[in-house]
Amino acid sequence: MIPKLIWREPIPTTTITSGASAASGAGGTAPAAARPRRRVVTLGDITGRESGGLVVLLVAVGILTLTSNEFLTTGNLSNLARQVAIFGIIAVGELLVILTAGIDLSVGSVLGLSGCVTALLLVRGMPILVALLLGVALGTVLGAINGLLVTRAKLPPFIATLGMLGIARGATLVITDAKTVQGLPTGFQTIANGTVLGIPNLLIIAALVTVVAWFLLTRTVFGRYVYAVGSNPESARLAGVPVRTVTISVYAISGLLAGLGGILLTSRLGAGIPTAGTGFELNAIAACVIGGASLFGAKGSAIGAATGALIMGVLNNGGNLLAINAFYLQIGIGVLILVAVGFDQLNARRAASSG
Amino acid sequence: MSTPPVPVAELHDVSKSFGPVQALTDVSLRLIPGQVHCLAGENGAGKSTLIRVLTGALRRDGGRYEIEGEPVTTPTPAHMRAAGVQAVYQELSLLPHLSVAENLFMGRLPARAGVLARGDLRRRARTALDEVGLQDLSPDAIVERLPAATRQLVEIAKVLTADAVKVIVFDEPTTALTEAESAHLMEHIVRLRDRGVAILYVTHRLEEMFEIGDWVTVLRDGGLSEAGPIGDYDEDRLIAAMVGREVSSLYPEVHRDAGVPMLRVRGLRRFERSPSIDLDVAAGEIVGIGGLLGSGRSGLLLSVFGAAPTAAGRVEVEGRRVRPGGPRTMMSAGIGLLTEDRKVLGLLPELSIRENVTIASLRRDSRRGLLPGREQSQEADRLLDSLRLRAGSYDQPVSTLSGGNQQKVLLARWLLTKPKVLMFDEPTKGIDVGAKGELYAVIGDLAARGLGIIIVSSYLPELLGLADRILVMRDGAIAGELGRSASEEDVLHLASGDGGKAAAGAADAVADDGTEEADRDS
Repeated sequence: MIPKLIWREPIPTTTITSGASAASGAGGTAPAAARPRRRVVTLGDITGRESGGLVVLLVAVGILTLTSNEFLTTGNLSNLARQVAIFGIIAVGELLVILTAGIDLSVGSVLGLSGCVTALLLVRGMPILVALLLGVALGTVLGAINGLLVTRAKLPPFIATLGMLGIARGATLVITDAKTVQGLPTGFQTIANGTVLGIPNLLIIAALVTVVAWFLLTRTVFGRYVYAVGSNPESARLAGVPVRTVTISVYAISGLLAGLGGILLTSRLGAGIPTAGTGFELNAIAACVIGGASLFGAKGSAIGAATGALIMGVLNNGGNLLAINAFYLQIGIGVLILVAVGFDQLNARRAASSG
Repeated sequence: MSTPPVPVAELHDVSKSFGPVQALTDVSLRLIPGQVHCLAGENGAGKSTLIRVLTGALRRDGGRYEIEGEPVTTPTPAHMRAAGVQAVYQELSLLPHLSVAENLFMGRLPARAGVLARGDLRRRARTALDEVGLQDLSPDAIVERLPAATRQLVEIAKVLTADAVKVIVFDEPTTALTEAESAHLMEHIVRLRDRGVAILYVTHRLEEMFEIGDWVTVLRDGGLSEAGPIGDYDEDRLIAAMVGREVSSLYPEVHRDAGVPMLRVRGLRRFERSPSIDLDVAAGEIVGIGGLLGSGRSGLLLSVFGAAPTAAGRVEVEGRRVRPGGPRTMMSAGIGLLTEDRKVLGLLPELSIRENVTIASLRRDSRRGLLPGREQSQEADRLLDSLRLRAGSYDQPVSTLSGGNQQKVLLARWLLTKPKVLMFDEPTKGIDVGAKGELYAVIGDLAARGLGIIIVSSYLPELLGLADRILVMRDGAIAGELGRSASEEDVLHLASGDGGKAAAGAADAVADDGTEEADRDS
């Protein structure tokens, strides 16, 4: 390698369009004159990278509506919403981490631990609100520890959160003695099982989480920093982005949402189950990827992650309704992930060659 | 020299162009067994292109290439290695995690039925290491843990293990070495020469050429400047042959008056034992920093910017001390840095042009953590317009832009922060000539508007054309300061450190001249 010595090789510049030079000719006072050239409005322009996911979702919903009488019933839909909601909440947290080019494998275990700790506290008679806050706080702290391991101890995110996966699950089994925690107050159980105006609480909470995350990512400085860190952390640092704080924050938020998910799952099931959330991390990652997120960071959106979770939920739900073997469904979702990412790669390559 | 020596490798009128840029024009080179042939020239003169043609890494456009009289028809790296042309690069090609022996025979490890023959490997490695004087080095040592000089010797040993080595190209082999290590390496090169190997030696250090060279070829702007026995040259003649060019009129012809001090750096040390550096930049002043690759220029900028750790020193912006606290603190104090490697240390490739521009100013213009409103993006657009950025839309990803336009995006990013001092590290690297001129004009303009500017450049005409004052670095220290009227020779003398005190004296004289001239101007 002799890059430092090589001849300054020419890099082709884009041709000067007359429009651009006229605009700059006005001494730089011209208004934002960069107009896009020859654009065809596509679905992608409107919805961004989630477009593929939305298409898949609409197709799946359409097919199910036609093939199953039960799909479009209130009972099934609210059932579907309950199934998908917790999942979507976890996926949104996972998305934030993935946007920084990290990964959080511990969300399933943290969910289990937070859920069981909350259940144990409730059984011991702690007020619901306090137990709830403590459960969420626990998830947040565990997430922040992940973030510290990544930023301070410089562990690869995969390893840091893999360690946390084991620790949190083990801790759950220790404190519960691997037994289901039962006898939760009914007040607590209504959190996840109740409805407002016929809409399941869980769906409302999941929608709220998605909207907040969407706002955070698209309208706040923090959100922009998240994308910057995922795009190139060194460049971001040199542009004054507090890379470390941002990184710790996304893991903490992921932990927070995992904790929230744990509480909601405990509430929905009416019991603290030590093995709850096993394997959720991979489903959350799958939802993000199906929803257009790139594991290399800086690409993806909250809506996309939620859509991804919804697609997986709809496929599972539809599979049940149509009595498709659940094992085949697993194969189907696996293929879907490969197709989603494969299409993305194809698009990227096409864009690169035409640009 | 009674009978004309027979060259082992010979280039005749070789040309090579990259698109519109002619990198080599009709260059000839004769490598003779038992001779050290030095290749001299500035950065960008075509030395590396020539080496890459020689080793088969590049295909020549025109001219002839012969090895022992046989024309070379298929110049691929593998073919050239087989023909006996080997190269030792400045940046080593060893695999750091593997052992010395494995590195020596990588690609042709002795094996029986796919199982590594460890004894055989070790024996053969031993012989190869003994040959370069590394009797004490174990073949099992891991390359990563070896000092740079030893690695360099292992690299040479690797080259020698090839069958029938006829030509060895050394591309700046001493850049990473200390004086003593360099001297050691020189001895080995002399020994190789005495064994009848033809050596092509490329270096920026003139004294090394005079030490071991037999013949010198000087390239300039891709063409052959001069060639002859090294005995016919002294340093001044060599430098004149390397430079011999006028500073082109690309550069803004402005006379500025340095105003109040903007940046003061005192006693900056990067590490405990590194030399202490002082640096001043006044408003409206362009300070150039020259020096060889690896002389510590980029490191200095990163340290001032707080992006690299420092052991000691204080930085003042407009007379106020800035406590070290990373790039964020320096940014808020009014310093901006455009890094040399835009891809690795600058751009956010997935983000749009506009997002890349505003990223450093989001916090300042933000209310309650929300993204700043339209005013900021309009200001960004205005900056981009005034820099004549060529893009279809400012919403497209920044990675779709060319090098020159990417540099403009980064410049806009820093201008949006309203800096007091802007530091440029190799601002025109990888940028075509047209965009260069524009960039120079902008830099001149910024200085005229009262910013303090620091420019690090390896490209001497650029440094001389832009800077009011040039600091030359060598081995991490400031070797001297030159005035506006300095010549490329002065910079090269200081940078390569020949002549010691004499050069420093000359530099003082030149600096004096510079101030006198400035006085006359004002």
